[in-house]
Amino acid sequence: MEHQDENKEGIGGMINPRRYGIERVAYLLMRLSGLGLLAYFIGHIYETSKILQGEFGWNEVLEITQTTEGHVLLAIVIAMCVFHTVNGIRVMLGEGGVGVGKPARPDYPYIPASQNARHKMGIYSAIVLAAIAMFYGLGVMFGE
Amino acid sequence: MSQVSSIAEQQASTTLSSSKSVTLRIARFNPEHDSERKFMEFTIPFEKWTTVLDIILEVKKHFDHSVAVRYSCRQATCGSCGMIINGKPRLACFTKISELDSDVVTVEPMNNFPIIRDLAVRFERLFDSHHKIKPYLIRDDSEIISNEKEFLQSPKEVEQYIQFANCIKCGLCNSACPTMATDSSFVGPQALAQAYRYVADSRDKGKDSRLKIIDESHGIWRCHFAGSCSQVCPKGVDPAMGIQLLRGYLLGFRS
Amino acid sequence: MRESIIMKIHYGTALAAVALVAVHVLMRLTQSFSESLEYENVIANYQFIPYAGMLEIILILLSIHGFNGLRVILLELKQGKVYEKMVSYGCVAAMVGLIAYGSRTIIMVNMGMV
Repeated sequence: MEHQDENKEGIGGMINPRRYGIERVAYLLMRLSGLGLLAYFIGHIYETSKILQGEFGWNEVLEITQTTEGHVLLAIVIAMCVFHTVNGIRVMLGEGGVGVGKPARPDYPYIPASQNARHKMGIYSAIVLAAIAMFYGLGVMFGE
Repeated sequence: MSQVSSIAEQQASTTLSSSKSVTLRIARFNPEHDSERKFMEFTIPFEKWTTVLDIILEVKKHFDHSVAVRYSCRQATCGSCGMIINGKPRLACFTKISELDSDVVTVEPMNNFPIIRDLAVRFERLFDSHHKIKPYLIRDDSEIISNEKEFLQSPKEVEQYIQFANCIKCGLCNSACPTMATDSSFVGPQALAQAYRYVADSRDKGKDSRLKIIDESHGIWRCHFAGSCSQVCPKGVDPAMGIQLLRGYLLGFRS
Repeated sequence: MRESIIMKIHYGTALAAVALVAVHVLMRLTQSFSESLEYENVIANYQFIPYAGMLEIILILLSIHGFNGLRVILLELKQGKVYEKMVSYGCVAAMVGLIAYGSRTIIMVNMGMV
């Protein structure tokens, strides 16, 4: 049955953050923030290259970026960056086996040791720090 | 197509009979002649102890014997009755209606497994991935030709891998995995956890060959520690832990 | 290249970039935010060789990290020999292209060719 449908959930299943707890939400946010940051990075490299057109070219760029929309976008980028960094460090440590618990004889109700409070705290910390950084950035940009 | 049938009238006449009923929605799909999945609905009474498997078998007994479902031990040992129950991969024999906290129970075949019919799915990919990681002790000698009677292990050494040996190959982890949702070539959490089971076994000498097998573009590196596999495992195997401990060897956190 | 080597590079570039990007962002806070973005101040940043060097390193680290992440996501979405080769080489090409484009800016401004 070479061509039989593999019954894969597809992208909808991959991006569905419900059903499996905060760790699955963190997985999705990590992907979204990564793609968002890559898009921002490419835009940033292009935008900063405008300085080669002299002061006139640079000021043209500032007219686009130093606006309310530009500041809001930058605040979102700050949040994505902080979340991606903090959660990324948590994931890097977890993927090395740090903080995932020790193997032991399982007993009912079979609560998985790897889905422990340390990693959950890491995820919530990443979200909270991202929010704090975002509001700090908004304060700096709009406070002037 | 939906068919509402009820055996509420056929209540047993004991004083323990339940007045509670649940609507069971069963996904019906025969790939040989159906183009899309349909659901059939049945209203079934249940008791505090009734499992999803019990009500599926009630449907087979009283309404539609053609519902295809795999089951065997009824006690979460064989791993046959894995399916999606109210959106989450679970064992039907291990899931009580009362714990679902819903008037409607929807059962569908496991995701990421090709469907044979209705709730029965193909397991070839899981077995192939499992076979790929060499799920047996690898060493030059054996207990037959060695001078010692058997390869001894201390209780502490057994503790290192026994949890992962509990795997019943039900496939719920593969169904829950976000990578498996899109990646047809990923080995899957079941195989990776079993790779760790053997690597962690003090009797095994095949760590390097197994690490080589999983160190590929659709191997262990496509796991991103989402942990959904461990959330759904009915036997406490915690495949996510095994996979990260295994990856620790590749990253140099463990030697 | 073995996948474990690629992923070690992925993690290494991430950790290094965290430190350097933090410096880059904090530079914007040494003056008021809008002042730090004025033309003369930005030129002065580029012409300060250690800072320009740091920007170049950030460019390389984040290009590698970002495009490898994109490669991983694309490989998981669809499989096949031809597709996987296209994705891998495409990401490397995009990586090199972005590094080249960004380096052009840094080098030209640093050398006063504005």
